[in-house]
Amino acid sequence: MTALQKKSENPVAHLSASDVEEIGRRLDAIRQEVVDSRGADDAAYIRKVIDVQRKIELASRAVLLLSKFPPAWVLGTAGLSVAKILENMEIGHNILHGQWDWMRDPKIHSTTWEWDMASPAEQWKHSHNELHHTYTNVIGKDNDLGYGIMRVDEDQKWIPLYLAQPLWNFVNACFFEYGIAAYDLELGKNLSTPARRNDPKFRAAAKQVLGKIRKQATKDYLVHPALSGPSFVPTLAANFVANLVRNLWSHSVIMCGHFPEGVETYEKTSIEGETRGEWYLRQMLGSANISGSAAMHIMTGNLSHQVEHHLFPDLPSNRYAEIAPKVKAIFDEYGLRYHTAPLPQQVASAWHKVFRLSLPNGWLAATNAKNLPQQLGLLYKLTTGGPKVRRVHDRAQRIAATRARQAAHAAEAAELAPAA
Amino acid sequence: MTTTGPGLRDRVTRLVEAATTPLLPRDYLDLFAPLRSGADLRGKVVAKRHETADAVTVVIRPGRGWREHVPGQYIRIGVDVDGVRQWRAYSLTSDRAAADGTISICVKAIPDGKVSNHVVRDLRPGTVVQLDQATGEFTLPGQRPAKALFVTAGSGITPVMGMLRNHLDELPDAVLVHSAPTAEDVVFGAELRAMAAAGRVRLVERHTDTDGFLKPAELAELVPDLHERTTWACGPAGLLEALEEHWAAEGIADQLLIEQFRPRVQVTGEGGSVTYNRTGTTVESDGATPILDAAEEAGLIMPSGCRMGICYGCVLPLREGAVRDIRNGELTVAAPGDGVLVQTCISAAAGACDIDH
Repeated sequence: MTALQKKSENPVAHLSASDVEEIGRRLDAIRQEVVDSRGADDAAYIRKVIDVQRKIELASRAVLLLSKFPPAWVLGTAGLSVAKILENMEIGHNILHGQWDWMRDPKIHSTTWEWDMASPAEQWKHSHNELHHTYTNVIGKDNDLGYGIMRVDEDQKWIPLYLAQPLWNFVNACFFEYGIAAYDLELGKNLSTPARRNDPKFRAAAKQVLGKIRKQATKDYLVHPALSGPSFVPTLAANFVANLVRNLWSHSVIMCGHFPEGVETYEKTSIEGETRGEWYLRQMLGSANISGSAAMHIMTGNLSHQVEHHLFPDLPSNRYAEIAPKVKAIFDEYGLRYHTAPLPQQVASAWHKVFRLSLPNGWLAATNAKNLPQQLGLLYKLTTGGPKVRRVHDRAQRIAATRARQAAHAAEAAELAPAA
Repeated sequence: MTTTGPGLRDRVTRLVEAATTPLLPRDYLDLFAPLRSGADLRGKVVAKRHETADAVTVVIRPGRGWREHVPGQYIRIGVDVDGVRQWRAYSLTSDRAAADGTISICVKAIPDGKVSNHVVRDLRPGTVVQLDQATGEFTLPGQRPAKALFVTAGSGITPVMGMLRNHLDELPDAVLVHSAPTAEDVVFGAELRAMAAAGRVRLVERHTDTDGFLKPAELAELVPDLHERTTWACGPAGLLEALEEHWAAEGIADQLLIEQFRPRVQVTGEGGSVTYNRTGTTVESDGATPILDAAEEAGLIMPSGCRMGICYGCVLPLREGAVRDIRNGELTVAAPGDGVLVQTCISAAAGACDIDH
């Protein structure tokens, strides 16, 4: 997809400035309703989730002490996977957002919480809460868009290296927590020059991450296996699998949040002097929800309500479901697309985009069974032909797209003509 | 019996910590034994009984880390009201000998009192509350005075009740002058009257609905040997100020000890002076400027993030004072020890503020 500002069919063109501000006011009112009614039930909810998560974890680790017996391995691994997912998603992510700071409980607070994840809370809060949530889907500002390693937009120039991006994306999914740690460190940028590498700030941050990873790995790959005695290797394997399951799960959920086809991206210049209403609008169109059951919502940390979460990142997650219909009503009233679909569909859509953009613009759409040999030939040429060949292809693509648009307008006009 | 050296214990502790990281072993132990020794100090409410229509005694079993208190002292107690942790100070009233390891406080509901009304009406036995160790200088000296006078009003009786229940028989001559609106409003009324009937204390009840507020001059009439007595006074600020003046005028100021639970009147206007205690800077800030901006304009280096209230990168402790959320006008008020953290990027001063930074 192309940054919203460059699209022929701008999905917000029909909104006036006062519409946008009215949307902002209505959303502020929804936020205020929740703020005014936060109370003992919400506090009880998060405490319950934490209590249940810790007990599942303790029980699973206890069962894994006997993990050389296959049923114990299966049960313990499944339980630990669930515990680790809950810990990162519904608990850690949301507490670190400050969703529960209002309780004034120092034990459940964004400033004191640390989570079971390679990236230290402090670093993650900066890159996630501050950068991603403020600059959501702004190309060049929001590193969550492709995590700096992928082509996520037609406007990014295609180079042959991107052919491998489905593979990178899969590898990133398997080791997602390390990917996030590297990304929070801005590893790519910071390793690129000696000056950056030796910056004391970067070195301190890197040291902090390595320390965290060492502790995490010691726990899962040394201490608990050792405690299992004769079950050392099965427990180690169980912990590895639980981490893998969580990585794949959280990667999938997070891909669904901003990656499915049809989610809008923005140009850097478009957010200069952005009003509150415009910020809200960007969040509305830059996020996608996952529909599903209550259990599904909890396991995604309510990131299944990505739209609501991005509008109100600091409201308690257990309240997103309740405000979702009100938020959707605003989308409907103003003719905006409330992007929601079941998990498999959103994951497929996100992966489709990863594949599509790993290829030169227009290639996937133009390819079918019949023309496959020619298309492969074209791809080979573009891959091996150098920048000039690619530029020519790009220009041809742009011209074709303009023509198609003009033809569509003409057809539309012709259709309307007799009626007029 | 085996002894374990500190070396071994350290190693075991480190091993257990390595197994629970990034949490601590205590985070798991708290699930099962929140009152165990070594835990943050907490207590469990075991009973609640009404003293008057709007005052209750709350009996609390403190955790294993509780240290004995001296009667007359108070504790700070953290109670979750509507999900929000609120800390307040209350005097201990329990009779240590009879309490079987529990402690009690007495709480009187005050109009619009968030915590007191919650405790009086909604707090249920079984609830776990947060505690601090007892503290305060409003106690009897080791050398008991030959003649003692207690002047109290309303819930000001509570620290004195702690002293009377534990030490009355060590005081050869004690007088209690207590003010309350009516006889029914006297907290611990029946017990005090029983003490007086047994001749253990001379009790003067003042019912202010009919008798009017107590004046120091009247007190001198009621207790003619006031000069010979050591006096403990606890009650509303007005009464205590009047007593202090009178005692000073009589030249016996050193014979008066007072305990004051000031109602927390915050100036919650628009703007105020914001003090950053670590840098020792004070900044005058208006009611529309986020304290983050005001501090930066004054040249302070502040933690910051999104500057729109979503990222929580700017959160700092508000040690004391009041701030207003500039988005919705919501007021947040803090007293020392409340542990209130505020987002400085969307909070404007609503009175004098002390920020821990």
